[in-house]
Amino acid sequence: MRLKITHHTVYNYENPVRFGVQSLRLSPSVFQGQKVIDWQVDMGEAGEPGAGFRDGAGDWIQLWTLRGPVTQVPVRIDGVVETTDLSGVLRGHREMVNPFVYMQTTEATTPDAALRDLAATPSDELTRLDLAHELSHLVYSNVPYKSGVTTLATTAAEALAIGGGVCQDHAHVLMVLARLRDMPARYVSGYLHADADGNAHEASHAWAEIFIEGLGWVGFDAANKTCPNQHYVRTGSGLDARDAAPIRGVTVMGGAEKLDVKVAVEEVAQ
Amino acid sequence: MYYNEMFDGEKVREAYASLSDWVAQMPVDFRQLKQAEAEALFRRIGITFAVYGEGGDPDRLIPFDMMPRVFTQGEWRRLERGIKQRAKALNAFLRDVYGRGEIVRAGRIPARLVYQNEAYEKAVVGFVPPRGVYSHIIGIDLVRTGRDEFFVLEDNCRTPSGVSYMLENREIMMRMFPDLFRGNRIEPVDGYPEILRRTLESVAPKKCVGRPRVVILTPGHFNSAYYEHSFLANLMGVELVEGADLFVEGEFVYMRTTEGPKRVDVIYRRLDDAFIDPLCFRRDSMLGVPGLMDVYRSGGVSICSAPGAGVADDKAIYTFVPEMVRFYLGEEPILKNVDTWTLWKQDDYKYVMDNLADLVVKEVHGSGGYGMLVGPKSTKKQIEEFRKLIEKNPSNYIAQPTLSLSTCPTFVDEGVAPRHVDLRPFCLCGDRIELVPGGLTRVALKEGSLVVNSSQGGGVKDTWVLSE
Repeated sequence: MRLKITHHTVYNYENPVRFGVQSLRLSPSVFQGQKVIDWQVDMGEAGEPGAGFRDGAGDWIQLWTLRGPVTQVPVRIDGVVETTDLSGVLRGHREMVNPFVYMQTTEATTPDAALRDLAATPSDELTRLDLAHELSHLVYSNVPYKSGVTTLATTAAEALAIGGGVCQDHAHVLMVLARLRDMPARYVSGYLHADADGNAHEASHAWAEIFIEGLGWVGFDAANKTCPNQHYVRTGSGLDARDAAPIRGVTVMGGAEKLDVKVAVEEVAQ
Repeated sequence: MYYNEMFDGEKVREAYASLSDWVAQMPVDFRQLKQAEAEALFRRIGITFAVYGEGGDPDRLIPFDMMPRVFTQGEWRRLERGIKQRAKALNAFLRDVYGRGEIVRAGRIPARLVYQNEAYEKAVVGFVPPRGVYSHIIGIDLVRTGRDEFFVLEDNCRTPSGVSYMLENREIMMRMFPDLFRGNRIEPVDGYPEILRRTLESVAPKKCVGRPRVVILTPGHFNSAYYEHSFLANLMGVELVEGADLFVEGEFVYMRTTEGPKRVDVIYRRLDDAFIDPLCFRRDSMLGVPGLMDVYRSGGVSICSAPGAGVADDKAIYTFVPEMVRFYLGEEPILKNVDTWTLWKQDDYKYVMDNLADLVVKEVHGSGGYGMLVGPKSTKKQIEEFRKLIEKNPSNYIAQPTLSLSTCPTFVDEGVAPRHVDLRPFCLCGDRIELVPGGLTRVALKEGSLVVNSSQGGGVKDTWVLSE
């Protein structure tokens, strides 16, 4: 499937920004499930691309610096990616980080008693793959999709207590459950194509990957009850949403910032 | 029962032969005069910071003992070989665990201890710094228990401090007792800043053109080791900068100067990992440089020591250093480790809990003598309180026997008396591995005390290595 991605963000600042640094983790991953046809990142006249490198997790990191004064900073991403359904398996992805690193807990992924209880429900008899699917189902039924009940700062434990959340929360909860069953798990950010079934999706999306011995990293999108397929474009990963953030930046001056975001993922002809 | 470094029974050992007359002939009032002079000199230079980040009153002077601690050339050579061997193995380990992790694959170190270690930096995985060196300045803490018995207490691979004491102690001794230095052939230590600078220049990134520009990055003047940062910058002839003096643009790091921005090639940072780049680590850090890690990873600047170098020096990994020497170098370790019980192992746990009163228990990530239990020096109540802490989180602790630290003659009110000492030499790793002949000797000034930490009554001494 050929997907066209349009991801335009405009940062509007109260006061002119004199100087800024942005680190972008916003390029499609390189693996058998996706092939980049075209990928352009642009930050307007104030932006200058700087250091770029592929990190140990296989993500392309690109630094941008901004020279002001500017009150508006665009981050425009336009690309076309050819995708293939690999049933969620991250086949052919070059990375060097030992899966054990993804057993580390962060603030957002610290288990509490309720998460421990939930993680303990599936039987020990299950294969690792079946167990991962089972945990994903548990997230679907215990943390149904509800927008507006959580924030960017909500932890996995809080999302479970609230009993609802968005993709970030689903990924965090599933990661905690998997780690509690001794499976390394990580947060993945990317894009999702709203398919023909009419389900409402967030075009900027996130899901979890679980490391399964013998199979490697496998993606699980709990809220959509599926493993990532040709409708998904993977861009980066981390220990939690914060660690996998597609854009991290600081600006000098600027004051209050207001964001306008437009994301669209459409199918285009080959 | 304790090894006395000066006396073998009644006999004066070789190393101290010339000093024994000097001590014996020194009149008491002259000694008091000199002691006061030394203190005034230390105050004047302003060297009043706490050693090894122990905190405490930053304006407090650390007591300086005028009686030097001496090694013969032979003793030092063996130590030197041992220290360099260890430094080499530690860097080989860092290169390995940020690469393929062969030592883990070979089952020689448990994966959990390495990859789930809080000092392990995912952001460094897959990156090989210039010359494959991750830790450029390694402080190795040693204690002596016999003529040929040296034990490593801990390795410091991040940003070990204390080297300014090594230099100042010598400087002050030479100023006060020039005759002593004329009469004894003592290896100089004053080459350290030059060797440090050369070491740092030797690990400049590939993209560097011309002579590398080196800076020292300090958290600022409120840091307890600020004196040392400015002292070293001064002696090396490099700029001392704070995070706000540096910025990232394009592919490089620049320093703001009155003549406009100047590109920086090598950063000797005296700042913890968590604070060096708010985009990568702690985002509330005001001390670091946003984007620094991206420039580092793409080869635009060198950071010394590499972020994540701390995974080689925590107390859990420590127990495996002899294994590293064998694994990477195919050699037997020259320096011994102290026997260590790791409390996450069932058998060790039981032994330690049964023998708390005889052991020293330390936190895996603790430092500066905090968060530890010295069994023989603790009350029953203190031991029981510590037991509860261990029960809550056994894997946070290791235990060691109480060591019989060697003693060295030290000036005390009553004259000269033996006091316990340790040693921290500073090993430099760049294109070569170098060690100036000397180090920082800390001395427990209280009679019978084994705690050399300055926060608990420790002082410092000049450390001599005799030439042949």
